[in-house]
Amino acid sequence: MDDLIAEFLTETNESLGELDTDMVNLEKNPNDKDLLSKIFRLMHTIKGTCGFLGLPRLETVAHKAEDVLGLFRDGVLEVTPEYVTLIFESLDRIKYLIGELEANGTEPEGNDDELKTKLQTVYEKGDGDNASPEELEAAFTAAPSAPPAATNGAAREERMESPVAAAPEPGHAPVAKNPAAAEETTARESAVASQSLRVSVDVIENLMTMVSELVLTRNQLLQILRTANDSEFSSPLQRLNHVVSDLQEGVMKTRMQPVGNAWAKLPRIVRDISIELGKKIELEMRGQETELDRQVLEMIKDPLTHMVRNSADHGIELPADRAAAGKPETGRIKLNSYHEGGHIIIEITDDGKGLPVEKIKKKILTNGLATKEELEAMTPQQIQQFIFKPGFSTAEKVTSVSGRGVGMDVVRTNIEKIGGSIEMKSVEGKGTRFLIKIPLTLAIVSALIVEASNERFAIPQLAVRELVMISMQSENKIETIKGTPVFRLRNRLLPLVSLSHLMKLKAKSEDGTLLGDDLDRKYIVVTELGNYTFGIIVDRVFDTEEIVVKPVARILKDIDIFSGNTILGDGTVIMILDPGGIAKETGEVDSTDTTEVSEDMAAHHKLARSEKTSLLLFGAGGGAPKAVPLELVSRLEEIKTKDIEMADNSMVIQYRGGLMPLLPFNDRINVMERVQKPVLVFSDERRSMGLVVDSIIDIVEERIDIQVAAKGGLMGSAIIHGKATDVIDVGHYLQQVSKNWFKNHGDDAFSKGGKTTDGRKRVLLVEDSPFFRNMLMPLLAVAGYEVTARSNAIEALELCEAGEEFDVIVSDIEMPEMDGFEFAEKIKADTQWQNTPLVALSSHATPQDMDRGKEAGFSRYIAKFDRETLLTTLSQAISEQHKRKEAS
Amino acid sequence: MKTADMSAEKRHHGVSSMRAANLETASDFLTIFIAGQIFGIPVLQVQDVLGAQRVTRIPLATPEVAGSLNLRGRIVTAIDVRCRLGLPRRETSQREMSVVVELEGELYSLIIDEVGDVMSLDSENFEGTPATLDPVWRNVSAGIYRLEKQLLVVLDVPKLLDKVHL
Repeated sequence: MDDLIAEFLTETNESLGELDTDMVNLEKNPNDKDLLSKIFRLMHTIKGTCGFLGLPRLETVAHKAEDVLGLFRDGVLEVTPEYVTLIFESLDRIKYLIGELEANGTEPEGNDDELKTKLQTVYEKGDGDNASPEELEAAFTAAPSAPPAATNGAAREERMESPVAAAPEPGHAPVAKNPAAAEETTARESAVASQSLRVSVDVIENLMTMVSELVLTRNQLLQILRTANDSEFSSPLQRLNHVVSDLQEGVMKTRMQPVGNAWAKLPRIVRDISIELGKKIELEMRGQETELDRQVLEMIKDPLTHMVRNSADHGIELPADRAAAGKPETGRIKLNSYHEGGHIIIEITDDGKGLPVEKIKKKILTNGLATKEELEAMTPQQIQQFIFKPGFSTAEKVTSVSGRGVGMDVVRTNIEKIGGSIEMKSVEGKGTRFLIKIPLTLAIVSALIVEASNERFAIPQLAVRELVMISMQSENKIETIKGTPVFRLRNRLLPLVSLSHLMKLKAKSEDGTLLGDDLDRKYIVVTELGNYTFGIIVDRVFDTEEIVVKPVARILKDIDIFSGNTILGDGTVIMILDPGGIAKETGEVDSTDTTEVSEDMAAHHKLARSEKTSLLLFGAGGGAPKAVPLELVSRLEEIKTKDIEMADNSMVIQYRGGLMPLLPFNDRINVMERVQKPVLVFSDERRSMGLVVDSIIDIVEERIDIQVAAKGGLMGSAIIHGKATDVIDVGHYLQQVSKNWFKNHGDDAFSKGGKTTDGRKRVLLVEDSPFFRNMLMPLLAVAGYEVTARSNAIEALELCEAGEEFDVIVSDIEMPEMDGFEFAEKIKADTQWQNTPLVALSSHATPQDMDRGKEAGFSRYIAKFDRETLLTTLSQAISEQHKRKEAS
Repeated sequence: MKTADMSAEKRHHGVSSMRAANLETASDFLTIFIAGQIFGIPVLQVQDVLGAQRVTRIPLATPEVAGSLNLRGRIVTAIDVRCRLGLPRRETSQREMSVVVELEGELYSLIIDEVGDVMSLDSENFEGTPATLDPVWRNVSAGIYRLEKQLLVVLDVPKLLDKVHL
């Protein structure tokens, strides 16, 4: 193809992209003269170049369109949707012709007479002062894509007025002003143009490949340098190192493009949909300038377009429906993008009707994606996640704008292919929000090098959340359930896969279980994929290295576990693991919904546990057996009594490299009577204390039903295993050892505070730390409350959805996933718990925090360790609520 | 590094034009030996001849894939040709060599027993693959040259590396 034509094509494609956006803007601001001149100029350039290159079809279409645009510019013709559609039609024709030209090198056969006539009619009628609306209308009704006649009539009326209203302005001033303004802009733009170069993508890609090689070579050199100390090469190599890093950064920058480039088509798409379906939609775009790698950009372009199209087509309702639902007639689709820790976040929000759960259910059943029973056990959120399943499309009929067989599963696959993730939240009737998280670049990534069975592998650092070292001797050990390894990571069970076994580098034992040495002295790479977290067991962990991702050879493409390969600093080839592939390989096919299910399971499990409490029974100082909630006890130890030392009149023992205070359970315990004594160790994150007892009896699961409240270190007595048992108050002992552990409090006040209320009041306790949860539950139970505990706000909200009612809610502030403030805002926003008193429990109780808490909707804000205040506050809050109810 | 790439580039062009030409007129072959059998690879398709190399194993890959190695900054996939041809494994003491070829922009290192001379062969002595040959061999053979004392099998490299058969 002719070089000139090639250049023309590139240039024109760019101009056309701009024109699309500009025309939509123009439709909104018909009086924007600058915009008009810009559009006119672009069209003019296209026309001019076509004439020069001898492309008659393009030239005439562009010419006619330019004529009409000229009328807009001169203010003779009002900018109306009909005319804009006509211009769009011309643009589409130009695009089609350009496409053909690109493919075949010549203009295609055929003619554009029909379009030309339409443009001509508009032009002639607009040009003459005696524009006849009838003729114009005739021209439009002749046009197949003309809008309905009703709108036409309105347009006509407007048009008749326009020459009069607009006459003085376009007649004089603009004629003089516009060309000047146009010239000025042209001058400014060409100045900018001389500052930039048009470089073909191939050149940049090539450059990138070479820089990648350079980075690898540099890594190799540095590796050599590391082994050979004090070489004369070291200082030039350091310089080389820096220069290469800068170069890498520079070249990466050339590949960066504003995300707005991927959005350029969207205004046009949204406009077309709104006109076709008779909707009113406003598209708001923010953060267009956020830059990301062009390779990534290419990959997300189509998914984004698809999602916005979906929002406009399925999400936003018709104006009448919106009005009926009490929403503004104009629906809004918001696009926002920003950087967040090595990632780009793109949000797509609409205030449409949300995902219809019932419809989705039906669809799930017809497509056999789940059974009715399964669906019944699911929350609406889980059901909505089904839209990411292959072959799912909610549109009832295939419209021209969406439902072309590409579902959200394709969107998700595309995004996950580039190491991104997608989350969706949708509330029926309120709208939908998608959150896409994508890495900045794909070419050079930082990776963690690990070893399994003497083979090394690279894991992309982005997916790695943390590393845990494990050994059978320490408490960080792997447990197994029928040979399946799991690990307790901060009170969540982490599913594990052994890399050696996954790679078939090591055979499993005959019954498929893991062997002892498979679990000892290993590392767990805690990997996060969307919201699915799992652990990969590896033998060794080396450091992280910047690696250049190279695609694997074609014959290895089938192995999902590898996302590529690379050459390390020492020159060896290493395979790069794909966390997504590993998750798939281990049976976690669908990360989004299974997580929900597993969380659900966890919730059920916790529910079961909250009814029954594991209790440790022990004997101390004679009398009834004593019981303590097992979860409060960190460890059970046998200490040698001769190791006990005295410091500041209290007993201490050296324990795990520190001093742990010891406390006999009561005066009747003779600590020194035997060589060894059992000790219950209680600890939170920082401190430990040991409670010396006489014997450990058993561990039982029982409901604690405290019948006799007592004081002085006892919570009360309950029947456990058919025997009267004293349930001890751990807080009492903790406080004896360290005054800081809890604030000072009166021991007897709490039981009275609660008991004054009539009947059992229901308390919902939301607290992520099991220590405090177990601490507070018996305490509140003693005070006469019926306690339901949840370890996070999301689970608590599920209870709300399930229709549970409580008299008061006590919530922690610092919690993972959703903190107390957000939780309160959610509750106060719109739930049946709106009027339930909310009490915040926090270890931070600064005035600012308290203000924030009040703002979020907490009625009280109390420090975590202040039991007395907690109990008085609870009873106060409940009685206030009671009074308020009576008053209303 | 750069010059090596450049020459590789040139050779690559040579190969593609070569591939287009009829094998019968191509006369230069690099001879290789596997389990005593002599094979020929069109010399223009050969990028490099290597001695034994340290390869990184690729778990889960088909057994024919011996691993991957770094050849001057490019990643090369090593193919065990013995395994591919259904021959017994090489004994550990036995020496091995590799012939590096390029296919569709990717480099492959064919692990074989030994590399012989480059031979200029006359198309007069060329014959098609006998239909009775072992199906695996028949598939990867581009024809047979009658040498004085033995028969040389011309390896069809693209077929040898064809993913479907691996």
